[in-house]
Amino acid sequence: MTSNRRTAAALAAAAAVAGLLAGCSGSSQQPDGGPVQISVVSLKPGSEQSAFDAFEEQVRQFEAANPGIDVTSQEYEWTGPTFTAQLAGGTLPTVFTVPFTDGQGLIERGQLADISSYVEGFGYTDRFNDTVLRAGQSEDGQIFGVPTAAYGVGLHYNRTLFAQAGLDPSRPPATWDDVRTYARQIAERTGQAGYAQMTQENTGGWMLTSLTYALGGRMQSTQGADVEATVDNRYAEQALGLLRDMRWTDNSMGSNFLYDWGTINQDFAAGRIGMYMGGSDVYESLVQQNNINPDDYGLAVLPLAPGAEAGLLGGGTLAAVNVRATPEQQEAAARWIDFYYMSKYLREDAAVLDARTNADADQPVGLPELPIFDRATLDRYNTWIQPFVNVPLAQMSSFTEGIFEQDLAGEPPAHAQEMYAVLDSVVQSVLTDPNADARGLLATADAEIQTILDRG
Amino acid sequence: MTTWFRRGGFSTFLFLLPLIVVFGVFSWFPIVRAAVMSVQQTNLVTAPRFVGLDNFRTVFEDPLLWTAVQNTAWFALIALVLGYPVPLVLAVIMSEVRRFRGLYTAIAYLPVVVPPVVAVLMWKVFYDARPEGVFNTILGWFGLGPFQWLQSATTAMPALVLEATWAAAGGTVIIYLAALVAVPHELYEAAEVDGAGLWRKVWHVTMPQLRGVLLVTLILQIISTSQVFLEPFLFTGGGPANSTLTVLLLIYEYAFASSLGGDYGAATALSLMLAVFLAALSALYFWLTRSWSTS
Repeated sequence: MTSNRRTAAALAAAAAVAGLLAGCSGSSQQPDGGPVQISVVSLKPGSEQSAFDAFEEQVRQFEAANPGIDVTSQEYEWTGPTFTAQLAGGTLPTVFTVPFTDGQGLIERGQLADISSYVEGFGYTDRFNDTVLRAGQSEDGQIFGVPTAAYGVGLHYNRTLFAQAGLDPSRPPATWDDVRTYARQIAERTGQAGYAQMTQENTGGWMLTSLTYALGGRMQSTQGADVEATVDNRYAEQALGLLRDMRWTDNSMGSNFLYDWGTINQDFAAGRIGMYMGGSDVYESLVQQNNINPDDYGLAVLPLAPGAEAGLLGGGTLAAVNVRATPEQQEAAARWIDFYYMSKYLREDAAVLDARTNADADQPVGLPELPIFDRATLDRYNTWIQPFVNVPLAQMSSFTEGIFEQDLAGEPPAHAQEMYAVLDSVVQSVLTDPNADARGLLATADAEIQTILDRG
Repeated sequence: MTTWFRRGGFSTFLFLLPLIVVFGVFSWFPIVRAAVMSVQQTNLVTAPRFVGLDNFRTVFEDPLLWTAVQNTAWFALIALVLGYPVPLVLAVIMSEVRRFRGLYTAIAYLPVVVPPVVAVLMWKVFYDARPEGVFNTILGWFGLGPFQWLQSATTAMPALVLEATWAAAGGTVIIYLAALVAVPHELYEAAEVDGAGLWRKVWHVTMPQLRGVLLVTLILQIISTSQVFLEPFLFTGGGPANSTLTVLLLIYEYAFASSLGGDYGAATALSLMLAVFLAALSALYFWLTRSWSTS
């Protein structure tokens, strides 16, 4: 009797393990004949509930228009490490977004689905800005990623701190000398960081590259298929010199020199930072994640040094489809990309529906954007959504009026994120070590980046 | 066979099965998989390619490896000097206390209960480098500081060790307290009869009686500090300027820093190198200290 009981208990234990292991193996197969199931990225974790509500409303609208497709959404924020883990673990949703910098590398490595035939069916591929579309195309012109948004790096500033420091909030700095003077004044009169800089998770390199571009330099040069690192240049040195002066001579950069994208936004929204560089599209996140007071916010164009070489670093986002998705899922995914990201730029009804849904949920509508098609298409879209615009555009006029007069330069063509990672520590050194040798650091980084480029 | 079944061999096997399966799937399989991946080039999406010892070569040629090794050794050394004696001293003091011993034990153990991420976020606030920061304010009362804490390559690592010691000391204190209870009281009485004071009792009775436990906690501490990851990852991301980049953080960066798909080959190669080093170190340690052990 005892033996039977013991055997039964042991069998139960074995069954429990079997159940546990069965639970570990997820299944993504769709039932035969049922609706096509796709998963799509929604908003950044920590966004307001109303933003998620607006997103889910758009999912319902899509499903109503496409009865054969079931959409589930998942929170998503692109960061290098989390994206890599999801990619390797096979847990990326059917539709996800990546920065322009990664498009070519992911395509070369066979990690994105070829969605050319579906996208071409929508009839607007020839209207894309060529440079922008190339970020998501293979060498033979096949489309693996659809450009959904483009941005330029801008100078975000806190209007309230400007006023407290005796500066005119409607006159943001026009030169880098101004930036330095304003930063010192803000730090002296308010006790907050006059200017702050991102330095972690590849953002240090990203922002150093932006500043170097703005001063007239470039970080890579291309000759045919060969790409050469040109990080060790006088403009990058000048950029580091400017940071060093603000940090060590003026003491106007506050006390945190390990900011990443999330933490710098957090401190800026909390009123601890006077100015910082970042993508021009960050206001949406400042509202959804950081609850910024709209009255505080100002956006200016990045000052460009005189000379033909100075340029504004631009980038953008590609919507891509999981290479493991079935052809049916890929087609459904392309439809979602068209519905959620693209159609608003091309059809008035879609633009109005998108803007109304977001405005009803009190989400930002009318943020400054750069054209992914052409300027006229963007202007027409802005006219369509005009009645729903709820962002303080007047406080961003420096950017919206000045951006089209600036020369937009693309991100470094090869291994940009890896290059940025190497440059992170260069920027950190200059900001945390008063004796840092900027020239030496750049030379070492240059060699290191060349090794990465040579590896291919 | 029938006898084996009747004597409960089968049910014993079934009872063991969950453990074998869980351990096999979640511990041994990843280890074997890592060993295989260390000689492959793989992004876990496309088919892997055998590359022999190339991954090990890549790791050895990476200048950051030596930075990471030095930083890890530095962390381990400060943790040993600062963190190893603290739990012992606390345990000895607490064992001498007659009243509220339970309360002190609970207070000592409390940091272990705080989720590590929460603890790090809390300490990040304490380490605010502004003069108004928590630690800088407190030290300012004594005319010290302000210190840069995490914002300087010099002070970042000691700052990480301080938090790590605070977070882990409680667990070791409990182990020492349990061992102290087992020390025969007669030994202390005999020492007192011989005229020994507190210090002599600790040195001549407590320490020798605890040496078995001390030897084990020492090697455990060396192994755990060699694998430090959480603190540099959450506090500084390896910065400023790689001054807190540790071996495990480097492994993580090999695997996940490139958003184009990680270098899992290099990551597993370095993981294996670390595992072999720690196994060899442990063996050497136990061989060298075999005569000191109580067993």
